Amino acid sequence: MHMAHEHTASGSHSGAHDDHAHSDDHGDHGPAKGWRRWVYATNHKDIGTMYLIFACVMFFVGGFMAMIIRAELFQPGLQLVEPQFFNSMTTMHALLMIFGAVMPAWTGLANWMIPMQVGAPDMALPRLNNFSFWILPFAFTLLLSTLFVPGGAPAGGWTLYPPLSLQAGDGLPMAIFAIHLMGASSILGSINVVVTIMNMRAPGVGLLNMPLFCWSWLITAYLLIATMPVLAGAVTMLLTDHFFGTSFFSASGGGDPVMFQHIFWFFGHPEVYILILPAFGIISEIVPTFSRKPLFGYDAMVYATAAIAFLSFIVWAHHMFTVNMPLAGQLFFTLSTMLISIPTGVKVFNWTATMWKGSISFEPPMLFALAFLFLFTIGGFSGLMLAIVPADFQYHDTYFVVAHFHYVLVPGAVFAIMAGVYYWLPKWCGKMYDMKLANWHFWLSAIFVNVLFFPQHFLGLAGMPRRIPDYSVQFADWNMVSSVGAFGFGLSQLLLPYIIWKCIKSGSPSTNHVWEGSHGLEWELSSPPPYHSWTEPPSREIIARGVQH
Amino acid sequence: MSFHMKNAYARRGIKAAAIPLFALLASVAHADWGGLNMPEGVSILSKSIYGLHMKIFYYCVAIGVVVFGAMIYSLIKFRKSQGAQSDTTLVHSTKVEIIWTVIPILILVAMAIPTARGLIAIEDMDGATLDIKVTGYQWKWEYEYLGHGVSFFSTLARESNAARQLGSGIDPATVPNYLLDVDNPLVIPAGTKIRFLLTAQDVIHAWWVPAFGMKKDAIPGYVSPIWVQVDADKVGTYRGQCAELCGQDHGFMPIVVEVKSPADYDAWLRAKQAEQKVAGESSPTAVAAVASAVNQ
Repeated sequence: MHMAHEHTASGSHSGAHDDHAHSDDHGDHGPAKGWRRWVYATNHKDIGTMYLIFACVMFFVGGFMAMIIRAELFQPGLQLVEPQFFNSMTTMHALLMIFGAVMPAWTGLANWMIPMQVGAPDMALPRLNNFSFWILPFAFTLLLSTLFVPGGAPAGGWTLYPPLSLQAGDGLPMAIFAIHLMGASSILGSINVVVTIMNMRAPGVGLLNMPLFCWSWLITAYLLIATMPVLAGAVTMLLTDHFFGTSFFSASGGGDPVMFQHIFWFFGHPEVYILILPAFGIISEIVPTFSRKPLFGYDAMVYATAAIAFLSFIVWAHHMFTVNMPLAGQLFFTLSTMLISIPTGVKVFNWTATMWKGSISFEPPMLFALAFLFLFTIGGFSGLMLAIVPADFQYHDTYFVVAHFHYVLVPGAVFAIMAGVYYWLPKWCGKMYDMKLANWHFWLSAIFVNVLFFPQHFLGLAGMPRRIPDYSVQFADWNMVSSVGAFGFGLSQLLLPYIIWKCIKSGSPSTNHVWEGSHGLEWELSSPPPYHSWTEPPSREIIARGVQH
Repeated sequence: MSFHMKNAYARRGIKAAAIPLFALLASVAHADWGGLNMPEGVSILSKSIYGLHMKIFYYCVAIGVVVFGAMIYSLIKFRKSQGAQSDTTLVHSTKVEIIWTVIPILILVAMAIPTARGLIAIEDMDGATLDIKVTGYQWKWEYEYLGHGVSFFSTLARESNAARQLGSGIDPATVPNYLLDVDNPLVIPAGTKIRFLLTAQDVIHAWWVPAFGMKKDAIPGYVSPIWVQVDADKVGTYRGQCAELCGQDHGFMPIVVEVKSPADYDAWLRAKQAEQKVAGESSPTAVAAVASAVNQ
C-alpha cells in the first residue's frame, strides 16, 4: 500500500495495513468472505454500506410509527391506540428518524464519499469506524426494546422535557443509555471525518477546492463533537434526578425545569444543522452536475456554511420563547435567529445562480435536488415566521411547527439523502438503476410529501396543538388529507429499496463518469471503485480535472 | 375560523370519512377559507400579532415570488433539451453577491422593528386591573381570582370525555364542542386589562386561547405573566387547549373562557363568591389545597 501523501495519518492506522505493506498490487485485494467482512469491517465502503442499510431500516421502522400516528389522526375520536401509546409513537418516531435514519445516512454517505473525494485510500481511523457503526445496532435495539418493558417506551416527546420525561417506567434509563451510545457513535464518527479531511487529502486537494460535501461534513463533524457531550450531560442529569435524588430540574428540590430546556436546545439547535448541512453539501454537488456548470460562489458557500454553524450556537432559545424569558433575551434570540436567513439565503441564491445560464437536465438526483430547493425554501419561510416572537406565541407547539420542521427534514434532509443515493449509486455498484422507476419514486414522493405536510400549516394556524392523539371536529378535513398524503408517501418509499436491489441485481453497466456533467475525484475512479479507493494519490492531471476550481 | 364557531365544516369532516379523496378535496376547496389562516382574534394583542403574522407572510410571499420565479425561469429557459449551452465562466460575481446579502439584511431590519415593538407591548403588564392565577395540573386547570375569594377547577366536559375513550362508539360530531368544552369555564370581563399568572403543579403545561393571541408555558416553580384585554364588544365564548405535552391526557384539558360585559361579570363574581362561601367555610386557597391533595 502506497502512502505517498506528504501528510498522512499513517502513524495511527499503519497497523491495520501492515499485512499489505509489502504488497505491490496497489492494495486492491478483495473483501473478506462471509460475515467477517461485515463484523470485522474496516473498509470505508463496507462500513458506509452498513450505515446506509441501517439508516434505511430505521427509516422504515420510524416511518411505520408515523403511519400509526397518521392513522389515529385520520379522523376525530380514538380508534386505534391509547393516548399514552400515541405519545410513545411521536417520541420514538422522532428519535428513530433523527438519530437512527438521517444521521446514520449522512455518516454512511460520508464514509463512502469522503475518501473518494479527497483522494484517500480509506478513512483515517478504520477500526474506530467499525466501532462507531457497530455501536448503533445495540443502541437502537435498546431503544426499541423500551416498547416492551413496564411503563412502555418514552412518551414525553423526543425533547425529553422534565418533569414529564421523568414520569416513566423502565424505559427511561434504557432510552438514556441508548442516547449515550448514539452520542458516542456520532462523536467517534465525527472524529474520523475530521481526521480524514484534515490529514488524508491527496497533495493538490486544498481545503478551498475540495467538494462542498466534504466541507459541509467537516463543519457538521465539529458541531457533533461540540454538542453531543451537552446532550449526554443533559440526559445524565435526568438520570440522576430520577434515580439518585438530585434536583437539577425539580422545582420542589430547588432545581429548575427550564434549565433542562436551555441545555437541551444548546445541543438541539446545532443538531438541526447537523441534520441539514450535509444536505447543503450534496445539493451543491448535484445542481452543478446537472446544470453542466461549476457551482456559483464556491467560497461564499463555504463561508455561509461556517456562518450558519456559528449562528446555530447562539439561537437555541428560539425553541422556547414561551417559557417567559426576559424581554432582552427574547429580542436577542429573535434577532440572532433572523440572521440565519442571510447565509441560508446566500446558499439558495447561489444554487439558483448555478442553474442560471446552465444546460439543465432532469435525471432523478436533479429532480430530488430541485424539490429540495423549492420545498426547503418553504420550510425556511415558515422558519423565518417562527423567529418572529410575537407571532411565535401563536405558532408555538402547534401543527405549524410540525409542518415547518417536516418541510426542512423530509423534502429537505431526506430528499437530499435520496438525491445523493441516486447520484452516487451507479458509481458505488457500477450499474445504472431503473430511471423510470426512480422517476416514479420521485414524483410520488414529491406530490405526497406536500399533501402530507402542507395542510399541517393550516391546522396549526387554525389552532391545532401538536402531540395530541385526538382533536376537535373542526380540524377533521385537513387531518384526513394529511393522513392520505402520509399513507401515499409511506407506500411510495417502498420503491427505494426495490430500485436499489434491482440495480445491484440486474442494472446495466455504468461508465466511470456516470453523468455527463459529473465533476470531482470520485468520478475519476472506476465504477465500481476499487476496494481501497485511491491506493495511490491521484496525479496532478486527475486533480486538475477533478477539483472544484 | 376560530374555536368558538360551531360549524357545518366540522360535521362535513366526519362524513368525508366515507367518501373518496377527490370529493374530500372538493369539500375542502369549498370550505371556509378562514380555516386556513390564523384567527384575527378578539384581544388587543391578538390583533397586533395577526397583523405582524400577515406582514411577515407577505414578505415571504414576495421573496418567494422572486426566488421561485428565478428558479422556474432557469428551469424553463436553460433546459438542455431545448439546446441550452452552459456558460461555465459564470461562477462568481462580487457585485451580485453583495446585493443578495444586503437586500435580505434590509428586509430583516424591516421585520425586526415591528417585532420589537410588538414584543414590548406584550411584555407591558402595567394597568392590569384583575389578576387571575392559572395553575396547570395533569389534566385540568385551576383558576384563582386573586383578591376576590373565588377559585375553581376546570376539566373536560363529561360528554367529550365519554366520547373520546378508545372505541367509545360515540361519533365526535354529535358531541357539542367535542374536546373543547369544560365543566366550569373561566369567566372574564370584556374591555378590561387582565393579567394571568401561569404556573403548574406537576409538569409543564401551556395555556393558550388562540382568539386571545397569547400562549405561555405554565411551569412548576415559575409564575409567568401574560395579559389579555378583550374588546369591549366581543362578549362571547372562546376556546383553547393545553399546548405543551403534559402526559397521556394532554389533548384532553381544554380551556373555555366566557367573556361577559363588566356588569354581567360583576354579577357572576358576586354569585360565585356567595356560592363558594357557602360551600367552603374556609378560604378558597384552603379549598384549592384540599382539592389538589385529593386529586393527587
